[in-house]
Amino acid sequence: MKVLVAVKRVVDYNVKVRVKADNSGVDLANVKMSMNPFCEIAVEEAVRLKEKGVASEIIAVAVGPTAAQEQLRTALALGADRAILVEHADELNSLAVAKALKAIVDKEQPQLVILGKQAIDSDNNQTGQMLAALTGFAQGTFASKVEVAGDTLNVTREIDGGLQTVALKLPAVVTTDLRLNEPRYASLPNIMKAKKKPLETLTAEALGVALTSTTKTLKVEAPAARSAGIKVKSVAELVEKLKNEAKVI
Amino acid sequence: MTILVIAEHEAGAVAPATLNTVAAAAKIGGDVHLLVAGANVGAIAEAAAKIAGVAKVLVADNAAYEHALPENVAPLIVELAGNYSHVLAPASTNGKNILPRVAAQLDVDQISEIIAVESADTFKRPIYAGNAIATVQSSAAVKVITVRATGFDAVASEGGSASVESVAAVHDAGNSSFVGEELAKSDRPELTAAKIVISGGRGLQNGDNFKHLYTLADKLGAAVGASRAAVDAGFVPNDMQVGQTGKIVAPQLYIAVGISGAIQHLAGMKDSKVIVAINKDEEAPIFQVADYGLVADLFEAIPELEKLV
Repeated sequence: MKVLVAVKRVVDYNVKVRVKADNSGVDLANVKMSMNPFCEIAVEEAVRLKEKGVASEIIAVAVGPTAAQEQLRTALALGADRAILVEHADELNSLAVAKALKAIVDKEQPQLVILGKQAIDSDNNQTGQMLAALTGFAQGTFASKVEVAGDTLNVTREIDGGLQTVALKLPAVVTTDLRLNEPRYASLPNIMKAKKKPLETLTAEALGVALTSTTKTLKVEAPAARSAGIKVKSVAELVEKLKNEAKVI
Repeated sequence: MTILVIAEHEAGAVAPATLNTVAAAAKIGGDVHLLVAGANVGAIAEAAAKIAGVAKVLVADNAAYEHALPENVAPLIVELAGNYSHVLAPASTNGKNILPRVAAQLDVDQISEIIAVESADTFKRPIYAGNAIATVQSSAAVKVITVRATGFDAVASEGGSASVESVAAVHDAGNSSFVGEELAKSDRPELTAAKIVISGGRGLQNGDNFKHLYTLADKLGAAVGASRAAVDAGFVPNDMQVGQTGKIVAPQLYIAVGISGAIQHLAGMKDSKVIVAINKDEEAPIFQVADYGLVADLFEAIPELEKLV
């Protein structure tokens, strides 16, 4: 079956971001960008499905700026067969991304779409669910295990109280949790090969998708800073402080 | 303005996060209605009708809504949404699973994990693992929002007297089914609602050593959490993870034991009132947010702490 994987270009997870002085957003100039960690897990899962003989073709899709080609090349180096970039310069809300992905789903007719459960920049955790709603597909969110059995997908999900398993009829949308797998590294030969794999660039207009939005960001601020604490010398002093100064125990 | 709050319930009772979500709805202003969807939820609906500030409880009692499968519950909410200005749910795994599906069907953006209500259309939410706070304004006809429980003080679970009305609509998409679940059992307080949380990280070295934290937690009436490192290493199950992608906690007291304090962990606990860090590495980033830091070997400090409290 055909598998579609969505990947996002985000600020690297190790970067401590700074809010711009004019409160218009976060300063991303000259900051290291990478593939969203949850998207890496999604790519890895698709590649494993292909290695098991379940997936026949893997298409990596990104909706974002021209530079997101880098992340698509990474996905190709990890094992995706071809890539599609829906080019758009501005930051998009999840619904707009889901609509663009819906257009790609209509075009490519995949049996399975794998996304990360959330992007570590916007922290929305919405796109996969929205894509499932727009396509009418069943959804298996926060997946820690995915098994294909005929035309059914068994997905074990990480929920608040533990784990839950659901059976979904294909086609379906899955979003990855951290525990789904451990992504591999791209080898140098594979990185070289990835440069020759096809990467198609489209625009939302060409796909007939309107990227309107019902929300706007008024400002972005730094969170309230915690004042520096003190170091205590012993456990006894710690207990004394907690009892008498902080009064929390 | 009338606001629909999707009640979270488990094991035959209303989940505490529902009370925080009703509090957020009260800040927006207007009548608050509560939707209880599930199978055999009559008793839950009656309990929900006593929640302070709730005007009406809608009950959708049908086998199709058991286990809150989003394919079935989302169309139900979409059908009801036309009567409401806002649809709110706790930012639990259930809320996060269902509400974006609702929003997409209504063709509106969803606003995730709000921590403050500025006005009926303007909300604050953390982005970049809590390293920035965005103020967002929605022009949607129905504002679909998930609420971070720790951002709002819970309303009283008693004292209200809402009317209970049943909803006949049955939606069964038929493309998903519940297979089973493995729930972690614990006598300790629920992690996201506990007043004291003790969390362990890689420094605990193995799952067995978590027993030191459990004994201390039991003495303090605390819940036990963990860093991603401890979960990935298999010391404890994933539902104990505190952080950007785990649970968000804001207890009175958070004790971080053997946790370095990565950005992703801090995102889940830095709004705690008092933070204590016990770590043998005095350069660990956790000390930058800790009110009280103790540089010590946790295997000596924890038993001693247990004796003294």
